[in-house]
Amino acid sequence: MSGTRLYKNAINIGGALIFGLLLSIFITLFVNSLPSIRKYGFDFITSSIWDPVFEKFGAFPFILGTILTSFISLIISIPFSLSVSLFVAEYYENTFFSKIFETLVDLLAGIPSVIYGLWGFFYVTPIVRNIQIKFSVPPTGVSILAASLILSIMIIPYASSIAKEVIKLVPIDLKEAGYSLGATRYEIIKNVIFPYAKSGIFAGILLSLGRALGETMAVTMVIGNSIQLPKNIFQPGNTIASIIANEFTEAVGELHLSALIELGLILFLITLIINLFANFIIKKQELGI
Amino acid sequence: MKIFKDRLFKFFVIFFAFLTLLPLFSIIFMIFKNGISVVNLKFLISLPKPPGETGGGVLNGIIGTLLLVFFASLIAIPLGLLAGIFLYEYRDKKVGEVLTTFVDITQGIPSIVVGIISYLWIVKKMGHFSLISGSFALSLIFLPIIAKSTKETLKMIPIYIIEASLSLGISYPRTILKVVLPSSIGGILSGILLGISRISGETAPLLFTAFGNPFLNFNILKPVSSLPHLIFVYTLSPYDNWRKHAWGCSLILIIFVLMVSSFNKFLLKKWKIKF
Repeated sequence: MSGTRLYKNAINIGGALIFGLLLSIFITLFVNSLPSIRKYGFDFITSSIWDPVFEKFGAFPFILGTILTSFISLIISIPFSLSVSLFVAEYYENTFFSKIFETLVDLLAGIPSVIYGLWGFFYVTPIVRNIQIKFSVPPTGVSILAASLILSIMIIPYASSIAKEVIKLVPIDLKEAGYSLGATRYEIIKNVIFPYAKSGIFAGILLSLGRALGETMAVTMVIGNSIQLPKNIFQPGNTIASIIANEFTEAVGELHLSALIELGLILFLITLIINLFANFIIKKQELGI
Repeated sequence: MKIFKDRLFKFFVIFFAFLTLLPLFSIIFMIFKNGISVVNLKFLISLPKPPGETGGGVLNGIIGTLLLVFFASLIAIPLGLLAGIFLYEYRDKKVGEVLTTFVDITQGIPSIVVGIISYLWIVKKMGHFSLISGSFALSLIFLPIIAKSTKETLKMIPIYIIEASLSLGISYPRTILKVVLPSSIGGILSGILLGISRISGETAPLLFTAFGNPFLNFNILKPVSSLPHLIFVYTLSPYDNWRKHAWGCSLILIIFVLMVSSFNKFLLKKWKIKF
């Protein structure tokens, strides 16, 4: 009987660990943000002055930078991720061709983000520089636009992997009923597949948004790391993740560190909500089928 | 018109789908093109030269990455297995459901936040950067991956296998240990390999934990360099030689990641659970 007890205890440690880990991560972030929360309150989110020397910390430029890069990259990536999932799950479903395609897109997800940063730094920023010259803005290359472009490539596999699964789940008889009424494939996709799979596709897009919000290295390397409020997407900026990466080791004062940890807390909470929401949709989808 | 729309749509799908592969090919091509001229035996076995000087290698980064991943595995694999078995045992109960969501959330924590946590828990207490704080940060990313893959694999073992073992008078824990776990070894190993390929490229959690070190270090209490960290530092450095080394590091790292994941695919095929 003692073996059973030992086993129970051991796996309960595993369970307690999951629970305790997440809880203590949250508490640690919260407690260490307190000095900054107490001092700046709500101004922390709305103020645009970030000055470690005079201990003024307003994170609005970085919050804006995070929102801009995430949403621009999301909008760019959607046609691509939808095309990829239609390509492998509808047009060429279960062919040798689609298997290779899936492997290649998975590979895109497997490339470390610092390598995206390296590639972006040498091969994407020059392209952005040319665009900047055309629009006659300072040709910095590194900019919010460059970061968004890199991000959009990085998040394609996340959205497409969920989307392709739900597209595969669309019942064949629904599609066949449509074809027998004389519908074209485009009409089937528009009127049968998309309505059926839309919540799953949406969940995938949410997951890729969560990924874009927290991405650090690739963004830090091409965004330009400016603490000024960006006036347009051609200017350098910073995201929440990139300002932490840039300043954390150099933070001298306790308040500076606390302000950076509060940014970490904000990032943690935003991604938590988005991931929970996406998970909820995916679970509901599974139950419905 | 109807047919035309259909054709046009198909054209767009194929066009965008192939356009997605363009960056992938560009990245792989550039890594090989720029990296191949840098990587040679000397590059692999020597330490970096001071900034501006030509020559030198990235041995510190290679050893650092191996050590970081090794110690991260040492922490994450046993605990992740326990957590995974817990999730499996309680899969139909409320607590199992809630904790599975907890694991999902933990997996979604941005890697830079994981770095902050390891900094606050270990670096701040010790007073300096260290290999072990880097490994701990990586293990926080590793653990949920193992827990989830273990649960999913165990779920695939049919209940009659367990019942057959129990009916022979073998105790439940022994059944799990000697019957269920061995038959799911393929899936569990695949989770481990997936985690290794994921954490070996992580940089953000190492910025303020393992930090970086131009010398060789095997001491877990001292800072250590890593390939991804070297790529980051070298890319943004003003020295031409270092920038070339960034490509060399990328080539080594990408070959390592590709090897681990193709080995994983091979294992998955070979040890697929089937009853």
